[in-house]
Amino acid sequence: MMNLLIIAAIVLGIIALSKVVKVLEKASTVRGENTYTPTDKENKTQALLMPIFLLVYFAFIAWQLVAWGDRMLPMAASEHGIVIDKLMDTTWIIITPVFIVTHILLFYFAWKYAYDKNRKAQFFAHSNKLEMLWTAIPALVLLILILYGLSIWNDTMEPLTAEDEPVEIELYARQFDWTARYPGEDGKFGTADVRLIEGINMLGLDSTDENAWDDKYVKAEFVIPVNRPVQFYFRAQDVIHSAFMPHFRAQMNCVPGMTTRFNFVPTMTTAEMQEHLGDPEFHYQLLCNKICGAAHYNMGMEIKVVSEEEYIAWLAEQNEFLKVEGNTNTTAQTESNSQPSQGAEEVSSL
Amino acid sequence: MSATAHHQDNDFLFKYIFSTDHKMIAKQFFLTGSFMGLIGMLMSSIFRLQLGYPGESFPFLESFMGGWAPDGVLSPDKYLALVTLHGTIMVFFLLTAGLSGTFSNLLIPLQLGARDMASGFMNMLSYWFFFLSSCVMIASIFVEGGPASGGWTIYPPLSALPEAVPGSGMGMTLWIISMALFIVSSLLGSLNYIVTILNLRTKGMTMTRMPLTIWAFLVTAILGVLSFPVLFSAVLLLFFDRSFGTSFYLSDIYIAGQALEVEGGSPILYEHLFWFLGHPEVYIILLPALGITSEVVATNARKPIFGYRAMIGSILAIGFISFLVWGHHMFITGMNPFLGAVFTFTTLLVAIPSAVKVFNYLTTLWKGNIRFTPAMLFAIGLVSTFITGGLTGIILGDSALDINVHDTYFVVGHFHIVMGLSGTFGMISGIYHWFPKMYGRVMNKSLGYIHFWATIVTAYGIFFPMHFLGLAGVPRRYYANTEFPMFNEMYDINELITVFAIIAVASQGIFIFNIFYSMFKGQKSPQNPWESTTLEWTTPVEHIHGNWPGELPEVHRWAYDYSKPNIEEDFVPQTVPLREGEEDENH
Repeated sequence: MMNLLIIAAIVLGIIALSKVVKVLEKASTVRGENTYTPTDKENKTQALLMPIFLLVYFAFIAWQLVAWGDRMLPMAASEHGIVIDKLMDTTWIIITPVFIVTHILLFYFAWKYAYDKNRKAQFFAHSNKLEMLWTAIPALVLLILILYGLSIWNDTMEPLTAEDEPVEIELYARQFDWTARYPGEDGKFGTADVRLIEGINMLGLDSTDENAWDDKYVKAEFVIPVNRPVQFYFRAQDVIHSAFMPHFRAQMNCVPGMTTRFNFVPTMTTAEMQEHLGDPEFHYQLLCNKICGAAHYNMGMEIKVVSEEEYIAWLAEQNEFLKVEGNTNTTAQTESNSQPSQGAEEVSSL
Repeated sequence: MSATAHHQDNDFLFKYIFSTDHKMIAKQFFLTGSFMGLIGMLMSSIFRLQLGYPGESFPFLESFMGGWAPDGVLSPDKYLALVTLHGTIMVFFLLTAGLSGTFSNLLIPLQLGARDMASGFMNMLSYWFFFLSSCVMIASIFVEGGPASGGWTIYPPLSALPEAVPGSGMGMTLWIISMALFIVSSLLGSLNYIVTILNLRTKGMTMTRMPLTIWAFLVTAILGVLSFPVLFSAVLLLFFDRSFGTSFYLSDIYIAGQALEVEGGSPILYEHLFWFLGHPEVYIILLPALGITSEVVATNARKPIFGYRAMIGSILAIGFISFLVWGHHMFITGMNPFLGAVFTFTTLLVAIPSAVKVFNYLTTLWKGNIRFTPAMLFAIGLVSTFITGGLTGIILGDSALDINVHDTYFVVGHFHIVMGLSGTFGMISGIYHWFPKMYGRVMNKSLGYIHFWATIVTAYGIFFPMHFLGLAGVPRRYYANTEFPMFNEMYDINELITVFAIIAVASQGIFIFNIFYSMFKGQKSPQNPWESTTLEWTTPVEHIHGNWPGELPEVHRWAYDYSKPNIEEDFVPQTVPLREGEEDENH
């Protein structure tokens, strides 16, 4: 009944509106105006609204900057991140004036040159000089931005070598959680295969591979040392995910069937960042940033940046692959005797 | 039937349904495309409710969405379904078929002085493939598991595996079928546009006398012909992976408790194929909008478009470069960083012809004599959104900066402003401007004014704050931003966006009302209501087959003789012969 009333009200409203519009159109016809060409008054009103809109638009942007400015990501916590932030600032410094000037011109011209039947527009069809000017200037500015940007891109994506003595971590993504794997004492990751995934061995590590025996893996939070290069390898189990670590200006997709890489040097420990922000609850966050299914919005892992000593101590406490109950019996051929649910609990309690 | 067999245009079925008349087909594209756009827009308001008020119950949602919104709260997988369909519908059905289909069909023969399209039959097929495609897409909403839910880019493996998300079952199959039909429609249309423009220009209508709208439609059609087949191959391979057990895109996958028998495929291959269409697609949307703007701005500023040849040059340059930039969607997919560098270079080059276009629009307004019709307001709005959204493209196109804003709300804000708003503003501007050509009546301008100001204010209210969300690191396609402490404090921004979104949707009601009111009751239009120079305004107001009752008009001058010195009238139609001593501006 209620729905019916609402529909009836809408229909009546539309009919009423039609009548009103019709009457208004009739009235202007009677006044000798046609209803399609804007009248002098309408031209004046609309012209006046142009600069008013511009002011409102600028004021809205300014308000957003003031109200939300402090919610943006804090200063970058990685070496390349600091460089990228500078490039970002430079880009803003270039595009903001362009934005402001072109908008002022657009809405100023629109207001200034509103229709006047006693005036004729200036017939000005082209000017090679002007057109050259505004082709050349953007080209030059963009060239600078391109060269600047590419040098940073190349530095950022430069792979690490053994001489950098990186910490190596594999981030493994699946619907809908993350696992971080460290290579252990031998510094080598054991081989893994999706066909070996079974029970608690959710990375599919090959327990016949010696390199895998001392691998360590953790969930919910992983730890990295400050001021030391971290080489990440990314893999995915089911669909594409993306490892997004916004505070470090780091992101790379995790693609099933291939390993992708990214590396950075963290420059601030979690404690330092907490102090810098005055927020003892702060944690660096790893997020999934590629649509991956229903719980995509809830797929994260915390990152803890600590001193080298703390890192070594923390890593020593973590269980090696073979020592986690359930993995000892898992081989490529034999079946695991642990239940999946039981396994999951053990891992999360690590 | 016998009496009307010789006069098929009098027969209802052939006049209104299976018409081969380009003007009728344009109206069919207009109504179908706009209807799809309306659905896409309403979908966005539903998921905006969830984003603005996460987890809050809206009982009315359950009353018409049933299991999609148990207890009035949209479910996470159906959120993704709505996001996916919103993107697909807006990009393809509204801004590709709705925009090009309407205005290329309406204007190409009329502005060139042709009796109809080169092939009226192909043109009719183009519409009906589009109609079928729309029906299949709508039908996919109602199948088990719901419609496609992998984002409008439908990256596999998510889109290939029903175990990964329910929408990747029957819904995804229908999505692929719908897109295949859509591509057929687009190719039939585009080939027709190209052939018509190259072959059916009337006497005197040289390529450099064509209005810029036609240039934009020509390059758009070429882009479509070259890029849509690649999408076709991409979705065909996906179809094989889904239905016939191939693994073009799949490798090493463990899902739903078992390892799949797929090996050697690469999802990156799909991304390359998809974006080879996907990026030109942006310009398939933008170029017609810019073409319409050029025409509307010149007419209403009573001034020739500034730098006609530079405008053609920039359309061609944008079209060409658009094929060399697809990799900027893939900087962080694991693609070789050297390729990333190449794509950064080509991507930022697009800014040069775009800047030229903006400066030319500004100069066209300078010392003009501006009539503020609703079409003109939307054209000015387009220039503003094109600048605002274009400039943030310089950030996203720079691979080093893209690392941290990729797939965040910064991207959502950017492309909604530069592509979504510019595309729709161009389309709406065209509707106000050429409505008299479609329906013989003029749209109500007071309602148009209200519509414009409500739209531009709310549009910026929706999309500008998204840049801030993106700079705070908020990823797109999140069902809620409540799960991470760092995003919790953003709730008021999201609420503000949602409020603007609802007002924006509501104010489109004014537009819809205006369309239908004007269609039936609006003021009858004279032959040339905007005092425009181009040929479409020399045809009779009532539509006739063949467009001109007698001979085809002959063209003597370019399309932009507004306010020419030493001539009393402030416009000279293209059909008026050059006076003695007068030179055609462009020859």
